[in-house]
Amino acid sequence: MVLVLALGDLHIPHRAPDLPAKFKSMLVPGKIQHTICTGNLCIKEVHDYLKSLCPDLHVTRGEYDEESHYPETETLTIGQFKVGLCHGHQIIPWGDLDSLAMLQRQLDVDILVTGHTHQFKAYKHEGGVVVNPGSATGAYSSITYDVNPSFVLMDIDGLRVVVYVYELIDGEVKVDKIDFKKTTTPHALTKILSPNNSSESEYFGHTFGVLCFLIIAVEWCLASEQQS
Amino acid sequence: MLPDAGAEDGEKWLAEGIAGLQHNAFYMHRALDSNNLRDALKFSAQMLSELRTSRLSPHKYYELYMRAFDELRKLEMFFREETKRGSFSVIDLYELVQHAGNILPRLYLLCTVGSVYIKSKEAPAKDVLKDLVEMCRGIQHPVRGLFLRSYLSQISRDKLPDIGSEYEGDADTIVDAVEFVLQNFTEMNKLWVRMQHQGPVREKEKREKERSELRDLVGKNLHVLSQLEGVDLDMYKETVLPRILEQVVNCKDELAQYYLMDCIIQVFPDEYHLQTLETLLSAFPQLQPTVDIKTVLSQLMDRLSNYAASSTEVLPEFLQVEAFAKLSSAIGKVIEAQVDMPVVGAITLYVSLLTFTLRVHPDRLDYVDQVLGACVKKLSGKAKLEDSKATKQIVALLSAPLEKYNDIVTALKLSNYPRVMDHLDNGTNKVMAVVIIQSIMKNSTCISTADKVEALFELMKGLIKDMDGTTDDELDEEDFKEEQNSVARLIHMLCNDDPEEMLKIICTVRKHILLGGPKRLPFTVPSLVFSALKLVRRLQGQDGDVIGEEVPATPKKIFQILHQTIEALSLVPSPELALRLYLQCAEAANDCDLEPVAYEFFTQAFILYEEEVADSKAQVTAIHLIIGTLQRMNIFGVENRDTLTHKATGYSAKLLKKPDQCRAVYACSHLFWVDDQDGIKDGERVLLCLKRALRIANAAQQMANVTRGSSGSVTLFIEILNKYLYFFEKGNPQITSSVIQGLIELINTEMQSDSTTTDPSADAFFASTLRYIQFQKQKGGAMGEKYEPIKIN
Repeated sequence: MVLVLALGDLHIPHRAPDLPAKFKSMLVPGKIQHTICTGNLCIKEVHDYLKSLCPDLHVTRGEYDEESHYPETETLTIGQFKVGLCHGHQIIPWGDLDSLAMLQRQLDVDILVTGHTHQFKAYKHEGGVVVNPGSATGAYSSITYDVNPSFVLMDIDGLRVVVYVYELIDGEVKVDKIDFKKTTTPHALTKILSPNNSSESEYFGHTFGVLCFLIIAVEWCLASEQQS
Repeated sequence: MLPDAGAEDGEKWLAEGIAGLQHNAFYMHRALDSNNLRDALKFSAQMLSELRTSRLSPHKYYELYMRAFDELRKLEMFFREETKRGSFSVIDLYELVQHAGNILPRLYLLCTVGSVYIKSKEAPAKDVLKDLVEMCRGIQHPVRGLFLRSYLSQISRDKLPDIGSEYEGDADTIVDAVEFVLQNFTEMNKLWVRMQHQGPVREKEKREKERSELRDLVGKNLHVLSQLEGVDLDMYKETVLPRILEQVVNCKDELAQYYLMDCIIQVFPDEYHLQTLETLLSAFPQLQPTVDIKTVLSQLMDRLSNYAASSTEVLPEFLQVEAFAKLSSAIGKVIEAQVDMPVVGAITLYVSLLTFTLRVHPDRLDYVDQVLGACVKKLSGKAKLEDSKATKQIVALLSAPLEKYNDIVTALKLSNYPRVMDHLDNGTNKVMAVVIIQSIMKNSTCISTADKVEALFELMKGLIKDMDGTTDDELDEEDFKEEQNSVARLIHMLCNDDPEEMLKIICTVRKHILLGGPKRLPFTVPSLVFSALKLVRRLQGQDGDVIGEEVPATPKKIFQILHQTIEALSLVPSPELALRLYLQCAEAANDCDLEPVAYEFFTQAFILYEEEVADSKAQVTAIHLIIGTLQRMNIFGVENRDTLTHKATGYSAKLLKKPDQCRAVYACSHLFWVDDQDGIKDGERVLLCLKRALRIANAAQQMANVTRGSSGSVTLFIEILNKYLYFFEKGNPQITSSVIQGLIELINTEMQSDSTTTDPSADAFFASTLRYIQFQKQKGGAMGEKYEPIKIN
């Protein structure tokens, strides 16, 4: 069980003074194995804070970041998953699912994490999973109105990843979770086994009840196994 | 050399003393065992003669004394048993011991017998005690006298005629007990003070140190008084305190006065102090000028503060005795009297008083203001403070109300608060400003009116701009950044739901930060810009709802302010940041349907790109931001849109590196295809862009061939292929399956060519792209049909 914290677009201090207090009290050092940050921290203090939560910190460059040496993209392997990271302002049109899919193919990753739109998204695409952790501070965005602060925690266990999203709505932290499973086989033709077997870009938005857990287990395989 | 010899000698003499003492004690015990009273007295007197020495330091004398003390306990026990048994009467014994040759042993023995005498109750306690305390006057040598009286105090402790004690009687009352202790105390203090004047002047320091070692002997008496049941508030008020203070004042000794005042405060209950506040405070001006009064006063106030904090029930008492007024006035007098008191001393006093006030009268802002006012008076007329201890105290002074009220707004109501801050040097002003900001952040305080913002920024002016006569060169860059970042964060705490007020706040903040100079603007301007954009968004929905009166707060007006604010960044200069901010404003203007405003912002962004952004990497990011923003614009008419897209594509093709050119150009393809229902969908121009990108990719390959001898990677072609697929799926009629097929063949050829460098990531990219195509084909339905003609092997 590997916990990966995914967050970004904090925009401290330009658009927000600090992380919400409720998030800060949840994010305790020593519990997380990796942190991946889409970018736009923007200052060193935030970098240091994230580093204190977990020493294995990966940050990609956002267009407002003070630090100019963050990479444009980064790929890392966590357990059985290849994870790609990019801020997302480089992918035009911004937030466009198909264009992001191209980046995913280019980086050749199972999970692509991007930001820039400040809107949480987690969906299964033919090639894998695309996650946008939103803005951890709920910062102003020209693209999204009414941004709620949010961040994502991924629990990677073998061939399964559970994506937990934490969102601050009206002062309360609401949690939702989405399950993804991967079957290992060398690259071959893709076939999706999904409940309704229609569109491959199934987008899972989130409905938030008060602390209600929505478990949607979806099989997603890169195998050449046929569905009988 | 000499001190060592002295120490050695001291050890030697002590050893000798102890030996002598033990020697005689041995014989004394022998005599006691054989009930030989005469011999016992003889040997005990000899034993006690060791205490007649003048050669020992107080510390060593104490060691000798303790041994004698232990031996006397055994002697006392013998006396007690024998008198009980009737071998001899205690009165006779009392008479007998007075025959001892030397006065010191005589008095020790007398006290010992006195103890037994009182216990026997054959005479009133008060008579015996009075006799003993008088007779001890026979010893005027300070060290010897102090220890003798200490002995008297120790053995009489449990025999005082206190209320409820077995020694209380009609004639014996608490009054007598108190009188006894007070007398012993007075005599001991006199002896103690006399020590100061013994011996040569050059040994003054040594004497003071020795006196220090003995001070608890004197203070013990006060402790005894505090423990007496019968010493209630009235007795304390009428008798005990006045007598003690009389001695303290009259002895005119700095060491004694300081210690004893402190002792009084520590030993007696806070409730008593409250009720005798005036008497106690009136003693202070009468003390020697060199006494560190401020420390004692501070202790008193701290104790009273803690007392107030301990329970809310005691608070009315404070009001009743007008504690604040008395303390305030006492401090004033002390500061006035001690002209040479350093500033830090006065400030420390005010800090204690302020702490007291905040604990006891938190609702009385006028009191708090008064304390600050007194401080201002003390500071005025002097140059700005340099002393670091004093500035530390002032920071403590100013932080106390912040911590108490958790609300800068309350502190802003104190009229003297900014005046105190005016007296700080620039460095400390900044420190205090950061403290204020931290308090605001910690408590998530929202400052909600322009007036309060104005007051706040006045307080923090050291952070906001360069103060006269300072050069910020000395400031560490890291510290400066941290400072300015806290100001940036602060700006987000200034808010009001009412748009009019919010606009006023924005204008106030703008006025102040524009004075900050080129070093500060890059930190502060972005925060203000986004704060203003948030207001614009709030007003967006309200457009058109206004009937009649002109409403000043409109998006248009705010955009004007934003324009001028971002312009200020040219002073720094900060073109990349300004470009980003202009683009943000353009998008916001788009959402407000303000086409000319949006166009103007784009113009500014392009001007900056053309004239100021020179770095090639920065240009790549900048052009992508321009393209990305432009792609989202929907209010531009055809002409405007054409002008801007033309410029964007033009600049894209002019980037320095070919791969960057290629990517920017194919990004531009999206400018001609927007997925909204009424968005532009110009298939031809899309294709033009993609073809141009291909040409550039080709050129890049050829250049690599020429310069490096082998072609570069085919990644660009694969990227372009993916873009073809994108528009293919969207239904661009210009992009047919054969076009795609052609491109796939091209890539295949390139990849298999010898001159191409192998690139595993490009291979993987191509593979996943083909996988995607296959996937789409297998989908069936409309998509499957579309993809059907495309062959991949």
